[in-house]
This record gives sequence, structure tokens and C-alpha cells, in this order.
Amino acid sequence: MKTLKIQELSKNFGTTEVLRKINLEIDEGNFLVLLGPSGCGKSTLLNIIAGLETINEGNVFIDDYNVSKVEPKDRNIAMVFQSYALYPSMNVSENMIFGLKQAKVSKEKIEEQLQKVSKFLQVDALLERKPSQLSGGQRQRVAIGRALVREPRIFLFDEPLSNLDAKLRVEMRREIKKLHQQLKTTVVYVTHDQTEAMSLGTNIAIMNHGVIQQNDTPENIYNKPSNTFVADFIGSPSMNLIKGNLKQSSNQISFVANGSNFEIPINGYDFIEKSNLENKEVFFGIRPEHIFSKKSNEGDFEINLRADLSEYIGHEQIMTFDYENQEVLAKFPSTIKIELSKNTKLFFDLTQISLFDAKTEERI
Amino acid sequence: MIVTSLKTMEEIRQGTLLTWPSGLNFDSWAVAWGGRGYGAGDTFLKPYFWNSIKMVVPAVFFSTFIGAMTGYVLTKWRFKGDQWVFLFLLFGCFIPFQAILLPMARTLGVLGISNSVIGLVLVHTVYGIPFTTLFFRNYYVSVPTELVKAARIDGAGFFKIFFKILLPISAPIIVVTVIWQFTQIWNDFLFGSTFSFGEAAPIQVALNNMVLSSTSVKEYNVDMASAIIAGVPTLIVYVLAGKYFIRGLTSGAVKG
Repeated sequence: MKTLKIQELSKNFGTTEVLRKINLEIDEGNFLVLLGPSGCGKSTLLNIIAGLETINEGNVFIDDYNVSKVEPKDRNIAMVFQSYALYPSMNVSENMIFGLKQAKVSKEKIEEQLQKVSKFLQVDALLERKPSQLSGGQRQRVAIGRALVREPRIFLFDEPLSNLDAKLRVEMRREIKKLHQQLKTTVVYVTHDQTEAMSLGTNIAIMNHGVIQQNDTPENIYNKPSNTFVADFIGSPSMNLIKGNLKQSSNQISFVANGSNFEIPINGYDFIEKSNLENKEVFFGIRPEHIFSKKSNEGDFEINLRADLSEYIGHEQIMTFDYENQEVLAKFPSTIKIELSKNTKLFFDLTQISLFDAKTEERI
Repeated sequence: MIVTSLKTMEEIRQGTLLTWPSGLNFDSWAVAWGGRGYGAGDTFLKPYFWNSIKMVVPAVFFSTFIGAMTGYVLTKWRFKGDQWVFLFLLFGCFIPFQAILLPMARTLGVLGISNSVIGLVLVHTVYGIPFTTLFFRNYYVSVPTELVKAARIDGAGFFKIFFKILLPISAPIIVVTVIWQFTQIWNDFLFGSTFSFGEAAPIQVALNNMVLSSTSVKEYNVDMASAIIAGVPTLIVYVLAGKYFIRGLTSGAVKG
């Protein structure tokens, strides 16, 4: 039984297609992050799961029960919003128990839940205050508390941290992670922040233009992006995509960048489909953090490139190199000195590369 | 005006407009309010004042309430064509009073409530809705829709969300609307004089009848007293509501 299952879901506003044939499944206790640039449909998908938006095609199941036409309050979900959405005229405790009151839960039960949750989230000293008298972090806590008291099957978070300042955001992120570890409730979490997604999710679904590009564990998303969009979206700075062709001889496969006659052997690469490789146009993907200035592994590939630009950012520096008129970025510790406009020895970690078909932009 | 209203007619006839009255003489106020006590032809404000109150209170209440509801629906329960509905309502703001006199008179006749306070309540409510809707819509647009979403997940329905969540934070705009509507309706002369006469007339019509149609000597002190009486309620509303208005602005802190 899947806690949440989405089947062939499509949604359009007028003539604009927002979601196209989305399929998604979440197991009990998992933390799914919907990640994507703004306008990719991730918030719409969350609203559909919550029942706040209607569906054009497809179905949503919670615990194998089709809830596509069920009211939000009867779906056994709770939601935390970006603007917190605390009721301004009610104090903290009224805010938290509003839902239970609507559901006609007994007074004793309400009181018990309120005590339990407010202690758990350390807002028990704030119960009499109005939302306007709370700080951003406290409001966020109360908003989470309002969701917790209902003991839902699924928690929905809609960019809950993007209104907080950077420091508080990191703190609250840890708290949400702890919360999930303790409660083990299924979570669907929407964000456009990749660090948040990577650190929180047990699964990440990357969306673009209303389609799920890849739904996988954070490790696979980072190491084996399924297309150039995912490769480019995750990581900062993002993956280098060098244009070129593949060469195949008897037992040797290598990559040649456009305009160069220099072959990079890629025998160790784990191809999904190992046919028709000769002369195939591809993107050679390597992350800036997998380019080194010293040989660190036996299989590292040595190459000479001209350094063009250096960006110092404290604990590390980002260097831009020229590879036959294509930019290649690398990340080094800031202690290493590299002279600009000179050829520098670099080492590519070939175990960490990705190859994409230049036409379909899919991983090969 | 106050000075003149406190003078006797003899003093006024001396033509010394700016001198203080010889003593506090409230006779003219009594006459303006309660008349002289003889039967025919005596016009005084008291019954018409209550007419106006009976007209203004429900009309302000209904137009504000309906405006708040419409504003709520237009911003938080969007439906197909809601833009058009709003456009037409906005258009209602630009229709001059005079243009609706005839159709409105016909409607009131059909409904059988012409020349009555109820009829005037209806006219003012209907004519006020475009303005009140505009006020409330523009106010509710700035209230995050996520509030409504949160309440829906919490299980609150259409009316519960309106009464429990939106209305409690609407104090500032309610005050603005009430001031606007009260002033409009209380000071209205055209609708009052067109759709009512005699017993059912509101105070502005009565004031006009009193001041302009007196057949004997012009009693300026009574005229002044009447004009002030007719103007005082609006002043009171401004003072009272103004206080709440500022309170609403400072204690509101609506957004998160």
C-alpha cells in the first residue's frame, strides 16, 4: 500500500498546461521533495494533493483510497504555507485548535493535543499571543504545530522556509529534519532551494515545465542525473557540460571535445545502452568539485587547460578554464595558487562523469 | 452658524452678523427640532430625523455587508468570468444618480414600496454596493489567499471562513466603508426628494422644505439650527469611527 499515489495527472489553467501526465508514488514514512524552478508546477501539484485545486485528468490516491473529488478537510492531510497563514485575529492556541474544533473533536482531546504539541514544539509559553506578536521562527513553529495537532497521514509543506533569513532557515531546516525522524510521518515538501531538497528529502522529484524529470534518491540525483536539465539544476556551480563526440574502436571508447583532437578514455563509464556509440554527439558532464589540481586517484585523467578567471569565496575558489573555447569550471580549496592566462595541469575524476545525448539531452 | 442659531430674530435683524448673541437662547433649536406646536403647515425635523436614521442604519449595514461578501467572493473564491462581474460592478460606480431615477421609480412602484423608508433603504443599498464592493475587494486582495486555503484544510466552510477569519481583520475597511456610506446616504437629497414626500421624507428633504418653503418671515436662527441638526450625525460618525479607524490601523498588523 502506498501512502500517496498519483496517476496520470494532468492540469491546465485555460490553455496553459501546468502539469502533464504526472506519476508519483510515496511509501509510508518517506520525505519527498518536489524541486524545480519557479513556474514548473510543483506548487500546483501540492495544491492538488491537498485538494485545493481541481484535476483535469488522472487520480490521486491516499492509502489506496481515491481522493480526487474529496474535500481538503476529509483527506487526512495538513499543510504548512510559505506565509505561515496564521489566522491574524486568533491567538496561538486558537490557531492551533481551529481545525480540531471544526472537526468537532471533544474538548478533553483538544486540550490534550494542544498541550502535547505545544510542549513538543516549545511554543507552550506563547499560547496567549497573537501572530503579530511572534517572530518569524515562532510563527513557523506555530504553523507546524497547527498541522501537527491534527495528526495527519501526510504533511504538505509549501516552501515553508523561504520567508526566513538565512541563519534561521538553516536552523528550521534541521528542526524539520528532526521532526520527521521522530514522527516518521509521510511528507511532501515543495521548494526551489536545492540545498534544502538535498538535506531533507529521502526522495527528490525534480520538475520542469510540468513534467517530472527525475524522481530518485538525493545521491542518484547528484551522481547520476537522468538528463542535462537535472545535471544543470543540481550543484553549485552546476555541472560542466562539454560538447563533443564519442569515438569507438575495438575495445576502446573515448570522448573528443569539439575542436580538439585530444581523446579522453571513458572505458569505465557505465552506459545504459552500449550500441551506436561511434561518432555520437554528446555532452561530457563533470562537476567542478570532481576536477582536481593534484592527482588523487589512480584513474584520474591528466589534462592541460588555460586558467581564465578566478572567483574567491572564502573557503574555496571557483576557477574558470578554457577547453577549446568551452568554459570549464573547477572548485579548489582557496589555499591553492593558480596563475591566470597560463596552462595548468588538471585531473578529471573519470569515475564521476556523466554522458548525455546531445540531441535528446538524456543520459546515455 | 452656531452663533446665529443662538440669537433671537431681533438681534439678527440688527445686521450685526459677527457679534456674540446677548444670551444663550435655545428657542430656535427647540422650534427646529419640535416645531411650534400648532397643526397645519408646521414643518419641523424630529420625525424626519428618525426617518433618516431608520433609512441610514439598515442601508449602511446591508450595503457594507453585501459589499464585504461580494469582495470576499471576488478575491477568494474566484470563478470563471469574475473579472467581468467586477468590471460591471465598477461600472456601477460611474452611473450618475440621475440616470437611474426613472427605472428605479418604476421598480419601487412594482414592488409597492414607493414613498416609504424601506424603498429608500433599497435604493441606497443597491446604489452603494458597487462602492462597498470596490472597497472590500481591494482590501481583501492584499490578504494572503493562503489564509483561506489553510482554513479550508482545517475544515471551515464558505461562511465560517468569512465570519471567523476575514471579518475580524476587516475593521479598518469596515470603518472606511461605513463613513463613506453614512455620509453619502445621510446627505443624499436627490433620491430622498424623488422617491419620497411628506411623512416618509428623510431629513435633508425636510430641511429643504423647511428653509425654502416658509411662507412667513424668514427665521434665520431656526434655519441655522436645523442645518446644524441635519449635519451633526455625520460629524458624530466621523469622530467615533475615526477613533476606531486609527485603532484599527495601529493594532491590526494583518499580514505575517
